[in-house]
Amino acid sequence: MQKDLLYTKTHEWARVEDDIAVVGITDFAQEQLGDITFVELPAVGDTVEAGQEMGSVESVKAASELYSPVSGEVIEVNGDLEGAPEKVNSDPFGEGWFIRVRLSAEPAGLLSPEEYEEIAKAEH
Amino acid sequence: MPYIPHTPDEIREMLGVVGARDVAELFDEIPPALRPQSLNLPRGATEMAVRAGMERLAAKNRIDMVSFLGGGYYDHYVPAASDLLLSRGEFYTAYTPYQPEASQGTLQAIFEYQTAVCRLLDMECSNAGVYDGGTALYEALMMAVRHTRRKKAVVSETVNPIYRIVLATYTRNLHLELVTVPHKDGLDDMEGLAAAVDDKTAAVVVQNPNFFGNVQDFTELFAHAAAKGAVSVLSCYPVLQTVLKTPGAMGADIATAEGQSLGLPLSFGGPYLGIMTCKKALVRQMPGRIAGRTHDAAGRTGYVLTLQAREQHIRRQKATSNICSNQALCALRALINLCLTGNEGLTRQAARSIENANYAAWKLCAIPGVRLVNAAPFGNEFAVVFPVKAKLVARKLMDEGVIPGFPLGRYYKGLENALLVCCTEKHDRADIDRLVRRVENVL
Repeated sequence: MQKDLLYTKTHEWARVEDDIAVVGITDFAQEQLGDITFVELPAVGDTVEAGQEMGSVESVKAASELYSPVSGEVIEVNGDLEGAPEKVNSDPFGEGWFIRVRLSAEPAGLLSPEEYEEIAKAEH
Repeated sequence: MPYIPHTPDEIREMLGVVGARDVAELFDEIPPALRPQSLNLPRGATEMAVRAGMERLAAKNRIDMVSFLGGGYYDHYVPAASDLLLSRGEFYTAYTPYQPEASQGTLQAIFEYQTAVCRLLDMECSNAGVYDGGTALYEALMMAVRHTRRKKAVVSETVNPIYRIVLATYTRNLHLELVTVPHKDGLDDMEGLAAAVDDKTAAVVVQNPNFFGNVQDFTELFAHAAAKGAVSVLSCYPVLQTVLKTPGAMGADIATAEGQSLGLPLSFGGPYLGIMTCKKALVRQMPGRIAGRTHDAAGRTGYVLTLQAREQHIRRQKATSNICSNQALCALRALINLCLTGNEGLTRQAARSIENANYAAWKLCAIPGVRLVNAAPFGNEFAVVFPVKAKLVARKLMDEGVIPGFPLGRYYKGLENALLVCCTEKHDRADIDRLVRRVENVL
């Protein structure tokens, strides 16, 4: 569990620094999904909205929606995932990040590491 | 793998588990008024009686007529070996088996079908096939809608009218905007199509040869669509792809086809085969099943169903599509036919069909008052205009054992005098001369 991050019930994380947030999925999520084969992300310049669908992640088991934890404009997308989606499995909080967002609003309704841990535990 | 219905004991056991009294209780959800009151079926009959009834029904078919009907479905020769191979017990089911990897032969056949179809249309990816040409075109449109997240589609009026009805029906409640660009004397209005494709357009949908039989090149239109971020969808006639500029060469993003002409007999509209191919970039939007080739832990070649993660058994209501069967048997038939005929045979089939159509057009147009709808090149099908209603000509000729073609007035206003005439390699000069003589007599 990464202590410096905020989480969603749908297993995304956000690292917020000033008005920028980096977004990805949690270690628990990648473990549940299994080998990830494809990540579909928004494009640079797209707007994402907290709680709304922003893409999908596909593993050998299933394809699942991604929900944005924050609202704002996408300023960078992790292009490495196109050729190496397995980075989400090997390093979900680092090299396996998804998008970088310039926030249009203060993040709200996100879970603390402790709160998220409870949810993950319950789902296990 | 046995296909055996549940026994009464199994049914009782399952009902016990879910806590239902009988099977009918499972349908309690549906108000009685909405349930069928009667299926209106006759009582059971003996095999002999059923057979006699079927024979009486079959005898109503006129199989002695010479037909020049086309319009999307074509009477090409089917090699005798096709039926024999197809009826082998290992293959004879319409379904992709569940636990598919246990059926390596079926998966290999699907993989080979996909390969053959990709080569024929010059495209990168194919699925295992869908129901027919019309539903393939609809699935292609929906691929474009999902890919672009746009809601408008530009459709040429020269696309098979039956397919256009399928598109309109399937999209009726989907809040899509279908813009139909009218034909110009049976030809695609390239400028009109290009003008209609804007940066809100998900797809431009065209057909080659078009419904009037005219052969066209959509390369420029597809480049324009790409520049606008729209997906180009081309419906085509597979047999002629051996001699025409292919969808791939034109830069189509998605190419679909009615696969009936690849060895499936004409039979009241089906079962036929929807061929679906696309560029690799769109393969994740492809509905249905895709067979892939891989190797197992010991390095042996094996076949698997691939890219299934977006299918309905995993994604439920969020699946890419609700296609859950492919036309495995029809696809197999197409594959057998493609293998038996081969590239050379298919090319000769196409060339012979086109030669016959040219001969027929030339002879028909020698009759005073008869002319082609346009002077553009055509494949094995062309539209002629008579000085009288085409429907009347057709009716009179059918009394004499000749189906001269499809009267275009049924779908195209202003073309009541036009008839769509199709030839294949199965026609000979005598058939065509007979058609021409009969037309001459009734005009």
